[in-house]
Amino acid sequence: MENIENVVEMNNITKIFGNFTANEDINFHVRKGEIHALLGENGAGKSTLMNMLGGVFEPTSGEIKVRGEKVVIDSPDKADELGIGMVHQHFMLVDKFTVTENIMLGREEHNAGYIDTKTAEKRIEELSNRYGLSVDPRAKVEDITVGMQQRTEILKALYKGSEILILDEPTAVLTPQEIEELMNIIRALAAEGRSIIIITHKLDEIKAVADRCTVIRRGKKTGTVNVADTTQQQLADMMVGRAVNFNVEKGPSHPGDVILDVKDLVVEDHRGLNAVDGTSLQIRSGEILGLAGIDGNGQSEFVQALSGMMPVKSGTIHLKGKNVTNMTPREITESGYAHIPEDRHLHGLILDMSLEKNMVLQTYYKEPFSKNGFMQDKEIKDYALRLIDEFDVRMSSEENPARDLSGGNQQKAIIAREIDRDPDLLVAAQPTRGLDVGAIEFIHKRLVEQRDKGKAVLLMSFELDEILDVSDRIAVMYEGKIMAVVDAKETNENELGLLMAGSSLEDTDSKKYEREEKMTDESN
Amino acid sequence: MNQIKSKSFLETAAVPFFSILFGFILGAIVMLAFGYNPLAAYEALFVGVFTNRYFFGEALVQATVLTFTGLAFAVASRAGFFNIGVAGQFLFGWLASVTFALAFPSIPRILMVPLVLGVGMIAGSFYAGIAGFLRAYFGTSEVIVTIMLNHTMLLISNYMTNFVIGSGSKTGFVGDNTSLSVKFLSDLTNGSRLNIGFILAIIFVILYKIFMDHTVRGFELQAVGLNAEAARYAGMSAKRNIIVSMLISGGVAGIGGAIQGIGTFKYLFTQSSIPSQGFDGIAVALLGMGNPYGIFASSFLFGILKQGATFMPSQAGVPNELVDVVIASIIFFVGASYIIRILMKKFGFSKD
Ligand SMILES: Nc1ncnc2c1ncn2[C@@H]1O[C@H](COP(=O)(O)OP(=O)(O)OP(=O)(O)O)[C@@H](O)[C@H]1O
Ligand SMILES: [Mg+2]
Repeated sequence: MENIENVVEMNNITKIFGNFTANEDINFHVRKGEIHALLGENGAGKSTLMNMLGGVFEPTSGEIKVRGEKVVIDSPDKADELGIGMVHQHFMLVDKFTVTENIMLGREEHNAGYIDTKTAEKRIEELSNRYGLSVDPRAKVEDITVGMQQRTEILKALYKGSEILILDEPTAVLTPQEIEELMNIIRALAAEGRSIIIITHKLDEIKAVADRCTVIRRGKKTGTVNVADTTQQQLADMMVGRAVNFNVEKGPSHPGDVILDVKDLVVEDHRGLNAVDGTSLQIRSGEILGLAGIDGNGQSEFVQALSGMMPVKSGTIHLKGKNVTNMTPREITESGYAHIPEDRHLHGLILDMSLEKNMVLQTYYKEPFSKNGFMQDKEIKDYALRLIDEFDVRMSSEENPARDLSGGNQQKAIIAREIDRDPDLLVAAQPTRGLDVGAIEFIHKRLVEQRDKGKAVLLMSFELDEILDVSDRIAVMYEGKIMAVVDAKETNENELGLLMAGSSLEDTDSKKYEREEKMTDESN
Repeated sequence: MNQIKSKSFLETAAVPFFSILFGFILGAIVMLAFGYNPLAAYEALFVGVFTNRYFFGEALVQATVLTFTGLAFAVASRAGFFNIGVAGQFLFGWLASVTFALAFPSIPRILMVPLVLGVGMIAGSFYAGIAGFLRAYFGTSEVIVTIMLNHTMLLISNYMTNFVIGSGSKTGFVGDNTSLSVKFLSDLTNGSRLNIGFILAIIFVILYKIFMDHTVRGFELQAVGLNAEAARYAGMSAKRNIIVSMLISGGVAGIGGAIQGIGTFKYLFTQSSIPSQGFDGIAVALLGMGNPYGIFASSFLFGILKQGATFMPSQAGVPNELVDVVIASIIFFVGASYIIRILMKKFGFSKD
């Protein structure tokens, strides 16, 4: 009877894919009303474990108890019935449907045979007001931000009345403000007696919301700890099995020639508005330039224009002195450009193609990967295996489709491919999104290494920590314009935050001044 | 490329197998409903084809052409395009090859056969290329364009047959210098119309496999078909791939048409509707799940069904049309393969 407080008990769970063991003999218990974090390296088996609760997979062996009763969760519908709602790492929304339609999907309200959208909309509005989950119920999913898509997913679970909510890396795609909001929502839900399981790689988030944390390493459970009694360093060590270094170690930069020279760039977004509005920027060899800004201020369009994916309306882009404005992606790539795209599923990978083929996605037409129009399978495999090994991409087989990789490992595969091409300019858009702390450390090292080899690196990220730690100079973008370019050593989160909100450098200087004055006042 | 590597061969083959099985069952139910004896009908169908070398040869003649139209559809669909126009391209291949053969009755056979097949191929390519070009440069839906082009070709072909290269609803026979017959195939099948086209079909199956799995072009086509955005990002040109895939698709359909024209019939006649080989090719490609060997096997099955169907009226009193119902049922279940996967899961044939 002692276990009655556990709403979920997963006992001795093992999951085997082919001959690959993704979960081995895992015991995972969740109490009523608790926020339970699940931590582990990329590919450790977190999503797999949760997918068995969510009815996506069935365990190879082991038992699952929900509210003390043994259950078989053989479909997502069954999970719904048991009050388990899951928000997947990669969202499962229908783009062409509205928010309401997506939430209702499979749970349509009927009124004499007709789908009753009105009632549903009302309920959704109620829910969204109650938990501060702001969405526009009538907007189509393809038109809303990722943050709103995620709130839609959460609403979908709440709409079904889920008592147990699984969030698989909910914060990976959110801006810092949105993360703060999400944390409050999670706390409110737990306070109502719901149990929340949250997967995240960010240790500070675990410290901020979770009561307990279960750590998994390479498919096996390392332990469950009380978060309040454990430090971030201890969590990281438990998960990686070695000491993790949170600081990026790098020497001073030695900038050389201008590699990327952007002048007065104007790029229209899909609605025909100037998303990039007269931006000029230079990056030299041997430096990392951080591109900071709140999501939606033109950074994505800027990067897409650089890579030739979006047309340039006016202005010029020079790469190593060559005018590449409005050239095709292939021509730009061949001029020494590589790009880690923001959206790995849309632009980075062909999910249904084998991982090995994905590794030569830009270079397949060149020797040694092809000769006289024929693909050289052995060369491709050798090359893929080398990258997989070098960048520690964890997976069951390189011949499996990229879809089977864990999210973080998909990201590592893309990074491996792009860095290995040894480009003169590497553009990394949110490169560490969804990566574990060990992998982040590794990727940051590789970015610095590229810099030290005399390459130019553009790092676009919404995470100020990352921008501050890795960059040499930081450009802040606001409403399509560069507000300022500052030296990374001479700025701080506060100043960047103000610039990102649209203040000019002079403004922030005077504010800084005021603040300093205030501080001296207080100390007097 | 092996997208389905993680699934076992058995699991992959199970879906078409059950589609066929359910198709036969549904066909039987329909026959029963109309008061026919399905067992007698199926017996007539299979016994008719398998106990007579001539009719077996004729079944292969049908299979030959379906292999071409099936491969044609599959190439385009791998690249993400729905080439509904296989029928029109096939008919143009037929028309062009017969026209060419009638115009040059004295070129020696050794030159003429490759020439005439080439003409069929170019005709099909050109016709599919129109849809590809429109799609690439104007974003026009290839589905709608090819459907309309099917009808246009039907009219062109009938006009040509009646007034230009022939009269009275058919053309004259093409000369022996275009003959695709080879002695050993005819002998083997008791003088059926089976010809070198059958060997070509096998070669094309292998070429398709090599093209998709081992060539740079094939890789690009599939990349574009699976994720056009990522392919573009990787530097592949979507426009070029649309056009290339449609040219290849149409070319293969056109060769099929040429084989029909100078191999099977040796002339062209007025068509009352768009040639059925086009849509049957789509069914064959779906049943074969885009796999060339699967396409070959499905063509063979369809060839048997089509040939065997001719025995059902005489031996079992079942009207010809009901055979089409069986075929349609199979196609239906291919389309419903999703349901079959779910059923298989429920009954424990496959895990996760
Ligand atoms: N359908 C599948 N077939 C084969 N292997 C799979 C499949 N799904 C997952 N795997 C493998 O199982 C392992 C665990 O994957 P999982 O997605 O659970 O990792 P994760 O802990 O969620 O990682 P991440 O933090 O990167 O999301 C990975 O190595 C992955 O390649
Ligand atoms: Mg995961």
